[in-house]
Amino acid sequence: MGLYDKVFPPRAMKLASGAVVEEKRSRAPLILLLLVLACALSVKVTGFRFATLVSRGKEFFVILRQMFPPNMGYLPKIWKPLWDTIKMSLLGSFAGSVLAVPFAILAASNMISSKVVVQLARLFLSLVRTLPTLVSALIATYIFGLGTMAGTFAIGVFTFAYVGKQLFEQIETVDMGPFEAMEAMGAGKTRAFLSAVLPQVLPAYLSVCLFCLEGNVRYASILGYVGAGGLGLILNEKIGWREYDSVGMILLVLFGAVLVIELVSHAIRKRLT
Amino acid sequence: MKPEIQKAYDAAPQVWLRQLAIAFAVAALLAWSSTTVELRNIKGDGLTVAGNILSGIFHPDRALLLNATTSGVPYLLLETMCIAFLGTMVGAVISVPLSFLSASNLVPRPVALAGRLVIMAIRTVPAFIYGLMFIRVTGPGPFAGLLTMSLCSVGMVSKMFIESIEDLDRKILESLDAAGCTTFQKIRYGILPQLFPDFTSTLIYRFDMNLRDATVLGLVGAGGIGAPLIFAMSSYRWNEVGAILLGLILLVLVIESISARIRKKLARG
Repeated sequence: MGLYDKVFPPRAMKLASGAVVEEKRSRAPLILLLLVLACALSVKVTGFRFATLVSRGKEFFVILRQMFPPNMGYLPKIWKPLWDTIKMSLLGSFAGSVLAVPFAILAASNMISSKVVVQLARLFLSLVRTLPTLVSALIATYIFGLGTMAGTFAIGVFTFAYVGKQLFEQIETVDMGPFEAMEAMGAGKTRAFLSAVLPQVLPAYLSVCLFCLEGNVRYASILGYVGAGGLGLILNEKIGWREYDSVGMILLVLFGAVLVIELVSHAIRKRLT
Repeated sequence: MKPEIQKAYDAAPQVWLRQLAIAFAVAALLAWSSTTVELRNIKGDGLTVAGNILSGIFHPDRALLLNATTSGVPYLLLETMCIAFLGTMVGAVISVPLSFLSASNLVPRPVALAGRLVIMAIRTVPAFIYGLMFIRVTGPGPFAGLLTMSLCSVGMVSKMFIESIEDLDRKILESLDAAGCTTFQKIRYGILPQLFPDFTSTLIYRFDMNLRDATVLGLVGAGGIGAPLIFAMSSYRWNEVGAILLGLILLVLVIESISARIRKKLARG
């Protein structure tokens, strides 16, 4: 940003006391220009046309209208995939969150003194995090075969990376006073961690895990698309058959399930913090 | 042990019963959900498949990676970025009015609740269904992808927007009032400076997420890098998968570190 100040020199102002202060020029025009350029490029690449949106916008509601009224007769067949989805999310979230703990400790620079280990653990966490969930689910279906196991695996991998990142950031911002005091009193590192750091990070950790679980129930519906079990499987099938009233019913049930889970987890999280 | 310490220990609330109950409930839930672990479907060659995948991913297809035409990785990444960027922008345009309508400190409670339900409903519909709906409007391609992204962004973005709106410091508005400011001045100097950093930070974060989720669009042929990736995976061309994943992961990591820096700056003001 030094160059910017040279091109547009700061405005000098003389105060009543005779001192001269400089006010740097606002960066807003530059940022605005960049944004407009980025928008123009994106519009060109993606072929965004507002006219199309206006003239054909009503087509969007065609499928939506066919979803109503939802096909109530299909309801009995939804329960099992719904429970599958919830089970997948539960088990995947649990496994991922538990596995994330050791890696988060390794990635926290106030717990591990070796810089190499910290950087390696962080790199590993971000690599796993950037791996699209759909890709890990598809790979899991090749290894575990079609079914809920693949979905559980994919959800576990995603949760692991997400919770791992949040947790190591939590551990790094912890108050180190109690930890040092316990070490000074002769407690080992493990003992000190359990008694001094754990109580500080536990509420935030549980809250992140629950938040992840909420998101996973919603996400699990996509995983079925690649054959990883749950609601997505029948969703994909019904879309294929263009039975949009059944699709509407599935979405309605999913909405209800997500609502209930979100309410429960919201209540728990409120008590945690 | 000193008697004072012993006394303090005795006075501590007895929570072990509750903890035991919670542990028991969690264990029961896990046992219930353990039926999803089915290992009978594992093919005997699962490990060899995994080995092939890994070796393919670590030997990416260089021709595809450095190809400058519209089917090469660089162009696909550019397209994905454009989709994510415009998707975030359009999503923001939809989210701003929605979140002002659902902020409980601005509108009556029933209206706010209704707004939240609408946002949740928008969030529940999976991305590929939006993709199907928008393909009817625009035909397959990146345009449909960007509209899908924008609707998918609405859920999280407006949730965060609502939180920042509800955290607004009203004292500033009152003091501006006392200083005799007009409504426009109150918005310009009282509200915008409070909301702007939060909103920008949310949008940058969402842009990150959209970039990462862009593969989902490939499922329905809504442009971006998802479709080539899924095609390559389902036809077992792991070298191509490696090339695409390498490009995508590098891009996401770079963008993430830049956006983390900008957001840190925004948070400090």
